[in-house]
Amino acid sequence: MADTAVSTNVSSTASLRDGPRGPKPRRTFSRRNILLYGTLFVIAVYYAIPLYVMIVTSLKGMPEVRMGNIFSPPLEITFAPWVKAWSQACTGLTCKGLSIGFWNSVRITVPSVIISTIIASVNGYALANWRFKGANVFFTILIFGSFIPYQVLLYPVVILLREIGLYGKLAGLVIVHTIFGMPILTLLFRNYFSSLPEELFKAARVDGAGFWGIFLRVMLPMSIPIFAVAIILQVTGIWNDFLFGVVYTGPESYPMTVALNNIVNSTQGVVEYNVNMAATIITGLVPLTIYFVSGKLFVRGIAAGAVKG
Amino acid sequence: MNYAVEIKDLDLYFGNVKVLQQLNLDIYKGEFLVLLGSSGCGKSTLLNCIAGLLEVTDGQIFIGGNNVTWAQPSERGIGMVFQSYALYPQMTVEGNLSFGLRNARMPRDEISKRVSRAAGILQIEPLLKRKPAALSGGQRQRVAIGRALVRDVDVFLFDEPLSNLDAKLRADLRVEIKKLHEQLDNTMIYVTHDQIEAMTLADRIAIMKEGKIMQLASPNEIYNRPRNLYVADFIGSPSMNFLHGEIKDGNFLLDGITIPLKGYEFAADSSQGGKAILGLRPEHILTGDNLASATVRTTVTVELVEPMGSDTLIYSTLAGTFIHVRMDGQARVSPGDKVEIGFQPERASLFDPETEDRL
Repeated sequence: MADTAVSTNVSSTASLRDGPRGPKPRRTFSRRNILLYGTLFVIAVYYAIPLYVMIVTSLKGMPEVRMGNIFSPPLEITFAPWVKAWSQACTGLTCKGLSIGFWNSVRITVPSVIISTIIASVNGYALANWRFKGANVFFTILIFGSFIPYQVLLYPVVILLREIGLYGKLAGLVIVHTIFGMPILTLLFRNYFSSLPEELFKAARVDGAGFWGIFLRVMLPMSIPIFAVAIILQVTGIWNDFLFGVVYTGPESYPMTVALNNIVNSTQGVVEYNVNMAATIITGLVPLTIYFVSGKLFVRGIAAGAVKG
Repeated sequence: MNYAVEIKDLDLYFGNVKVLQQLNLDIYKGEFLVLLGSSGCGKSTLLNCIAGLLEVTDGQIFIGGNNVTWAQPSERGIGMVFQSYALYPQMTVEGNLSFGLRNARMPRDEISKRVSRAAGILQIEPLLKRKPAALSGGQRQRVAIGRALVRDVDVFLFDEPLSNLDAKLRADLRVEIKKLHEQLDNTMIYVTHDQIEAMTLADRIAIMKEGKIMQLASPNEIYNRPRNLYVADFIGSPSMNFLHGEIKDGNFLLDGITIPLKGYEFAADSSQGGKAILGLRPEHILTGDNLASATVRTTVTVELVEPMGSDTLIYSTLAGTFIHVRMDGQARVSPGDKVEIGFQPERASLFDPETEDRL
């Protein structure tokens, strides 16, 4: 009896009854959505207002700034503060604006990022795949290194750079950035290479590829995303660095962050808020651009950087 | 020198964990050897040692008569196929097949000759320009086999190559691997935890447990004459029924039933008698029309029935022990029925409960 009932049901179309059918409808203005989007909106406004004030102020002339209406849009839009910030503002003794600092920062960031990423990727690959003798000890020391506060090492590094004759030079700062980026980047690459299937590495060994063959021809083509994350992490980190920049370089080779500080914190004459705002935005433009271009990868970089604290 | 692979006194420790201990294994040229065992028994570790992907703690490995204990994986004359296929994702199928040959700096026309030969054997010519991501699981595993094939080696190593495939594809590829072995006639060492794969493919099976080989014999021998309790329990699905009793004067006494052991070939001297375990495979317990050939008969009550189409499994109790019986698929039985069962003692296995060895 039961058998026949089952077999007929398969072929005939079942008749629907009253009640819920298909996906459950969702209301746009549910209490949950109002709470969620309301909170997000308030937080967004909270963080966007300072940016708005900066942009608006940077487009005003000094007389308008003195009126003190910081939230009002500019009556007369002027780009003069931007031009001044870039090429005329005084950073200490010279008055050539941020442009010099900008190019210094480029000259510091580009080689630091390239060198540190290349070395760290090889480190990470060796640690993940070639379990050489003492690999764990080496890795522990490296991780320990990432927890040492930079301030502790400032002076010893000054002496070190002086001894090798690179103190106050761009090359010295590049070396410092490369070394200090090593723990976090190596960790990043090691974890990524560890997550790749181990059998792939074994297969490449059976196929006769060596240390560099496996790295360059098997691992590297698979690790574009992690390289992007590492580069984002390093570019934003090194570009935003102030401490090492001010300690290890001289007035001619100050990076942009130091130049910005010198403009904003100068104690002589009138405080030109509009120029300060423009200079700050220009300095922040590089990390900001990277953020908008790289999107999701940037978030991964931040998450990875969170370990650094 | 008839051996393709010889393993002598092999030890492998991970720290204090002894994964392989004093392992000896000789594999004939052209043999299909299956390493079978549950996970963690050291079978994959042994394969990795043969491949040279793990450094051995002690002992020697010979491949084709050469001592390769210190040799690199690529110098050992082996090809390997992995469970996860391990294809290079950014290379085409052709690139995957030729990667090893390019590393060996082989002339270009020789490479293309070998790639097209391997592609022909495995019927993957239309796929040569594709990336692994655009292939199905079965096609990927075929490419992985092809990668071992182009190397033109004497020894093939398979590390659970079919475990990631669905049941139907697994059965198809199993047949293909068997055909390939007949066609190429080279030595194959195959690791699996699937006893069907082991039984169907192997010339000889090595059943491993805790880094030791429990029995090394043909599938037939392992199935019919398991050397110890572990092997008897491991091979066969559902597994062998074990009945505890006593041997006395050439009879096995089981809770009031006397079973004459006249046809049974003893592996060890058991004239003094004593406690013993009788092992009976569910398919060797006879019912219905087959009862005529049974020399020992009794009646049991059916407790549970599992119809499987080709045959029907019944669960029952005999002499206080839970037993499985395999019946004909057309048998109509239901729980509570009384069923007459019987068996031939010469097809059973006897084990010593102390040493767990075959009697």
